[in-house]
Amino acid sequence: MIKILIPTPLRPFTDKLDTVEVSGATVGELLQNLTTQYGGLKQHLFAADGKLRSFVNIYVNDDDIRYLQKEQTPVKAGDTVSIIPSVAGGSPSATAALPELSGDEVKRYSRHLIMPEVGVDGQRRLKAAKVLCIGAGGLGSPAAMYLAAAGVGTLGIVDFDVVDFSNLQRQIIHGTPDVGRAKLQSAKDRLNALNPNVHVETYDEALSSENAMRLFAPYDVILDGTDNFPTRYLVNDACVLSGKPNAYGSIFRFEGQASVFATKDGPCYRCLYPEPPPPGLVPSCAEGGVFGVLPGIIGVIQATETIKLILGIGEPLIGRFMIYDALRMRFRELKLRKDADCPVCGTHPTVTKLIDYEQFCGVAPHQVEAAKPVTTSADALTPLELKAEIDRGAAPVIVDVREPQEYQINRIAGSILIPLGDLPKRYVELEPNATIVMQCKSGMRSARAQEFLRSKGFTNVRNLTGGILGWIDHVDPSQPKY
Amino acid sequence: MAGLMLPSAVDAAIRAHGREAFPHECCGALLGREGIVHEAHPLPNTTEEGPRRRFLVRPGDYRGAEQRARETGLDLLGFYHSHPDHPARPSQYDLDHAWPSFSYVIVSVMAGQDQLLTSWRLKDDRSDFDQEPVGTIA
Repeated sequence: MIKILIPTPLRPFTDKLDTVEVSGATVGELLQNLTTQYGGLKQHLFAADGKLRSFVNIYVNDDDIRYLQKEQTPVKAGDTVSIIPSVAGGSPSATAALPELSGDEVKRYSRHLIMPEVGVDGQRRLKAAKVLCIGAGGLGSPAAMYLAAAGVGTLGIVDFDVVDFSNLQRQIIHGTPDVGRAKLQSAKDRLNALNPNVHVETYDEALSSENAMRLFAPYDVILDGTDNFPTRYLVNDACVLSGKPNAYGSIFRFEGQASVFATKDGPCYRCLYPEPPPPGLVPSCAEGGVFGVLPGIIGVIQATETIKLILGIGEPLIGRFMIYDALRMRFRELKLRKDADCPVCGTHPTVTKLIDYEQFCGVAPHQVEAAKPVTTSADALTPLELKAEIDRGAAPVIVDVREPQEYQINRIAGSILIPLGDLPKRYVELEPNATIVMQCKSGMRSARAQEFLRSKGFTNVRNLTGGILGWIDHVDPSQPKY
Repeated sequence: MAGLMLPSAVDAAIRAHGREAFPHECCGALLGREGIVHEAHPLPNTTEEGPRRRFLVRPGDYRGAEQRARETGLDLLGFYHSHPDHPARPSQYDLDHAWPSFSYVIVSVMAGQDQLLTSWRLKDDRSDFDQEPVGTIA
């Protein structure tokens, strides 16, 4: 007779005995005899096809019979056989609930299906996956297109912008006929044309602390294609707080960055940058320019990482920060650690709900929307006021603080070019008591320049409202805008 | 129907484990006597199928839980696990893997916040679960 140890949940079927003695030469025989003696056990140990259920573990002494001879494993007097439950479970939407692929989909994704790393199950996972793209701009364009082509079942897009001519140099989801249309509509049409199997959800709103948690909730991965610090911190924090990975990317001029933040054990954006740079230190793409193909590379890295996360394959870009230099054509990689003192994902977080990110980044709300004048007080003057001063022969010194290449596109006749970055060493060229008007593209850089000159003792410095764009709109429409 | 009594400290411990593990599933054993849980014993989730949607208690940990019950003079009443971003209802997968007579406590954790906590028992014919009432005691 061999001793069989009965686990708690099966004892109601063995007259509450925790040990039963049964005879048999193999594990199979023992179990046969056991279930004959205690009939109630049978359905819990064996599936309808007569096979041992997958979550039933049988041990002979300390060894799992799966690694011995399975049910043919011999037993002898003195052995102890234990029935040990694997306790398993899970939420509803797992493999069993994965959507099936249609015949068309099998054809469409066949190059995926024949790779073992993706396969039919992986493709079904992609079909079940939901990815939210923040922005349908430079990064969002290629990312969303590749995700749609790859068969991600649901793509959400958050954007409130309209397609502009200046977008087309890089935002390849939009075409020339789309100029003036909502980016959401243009993107949706393009994605539907690319892959009608993809369900595109559009959110015509600016991502904010009020809506972020609600918008993120249905999604598995968040793809950050934002172009400003307040939204970048907002996306990061909302990802940490909602437990969703953040496929991060950013671009500036010729350089791009990518990483995967806010996974369970990985670092987040704040582990790297606990606080934003001082406002104005880092120019936006509108101010600094961006190499049009750059977001193609970075956005596709984000899409790659998103797909890897969904499939659970490869080495994700977690704890690694990729820096790409398009001019030198080099990739560098920095190691990132999860910071135990991180204010949002550390062991004692101080940020436990979404905050006011514009205030956090030191930006007034209307500056975030960019390209709008910041000064409206007596410190500023409008293009028409400037025109009037020039016309009556009281022309001020006009200092254009843009970059030389911007100055080449358009300018106010008679203005002096001193790029903002050169101002600290070149302001001595200006007369401290002169009547000066600072001017840039839209009025933001020149406001900082104005502040700088004042700190150096300049007394009569005003800022041109709306910059050169305002000048062109109101005074000189013959010049091109950019 | 038997029903399960959870002291508020045990209820809080299960919920805290669910929040901590979010977005992954947490799991643990319930030790107690006569329908009153004395202890929620957290266990590692060892699933290889993706812990966002699955949990698995290894045989070794299961044995540990039975042993702990014996040592403390308690019974193994069942197990708890969390459903991240899903309701506190058992899935088909839960049903396929359920053991008789155990109480299966499920806590729903939505966007990192614990919500409803429910308890379930496998029907004798394995066709479904019966929900059992959960009472909280001080």
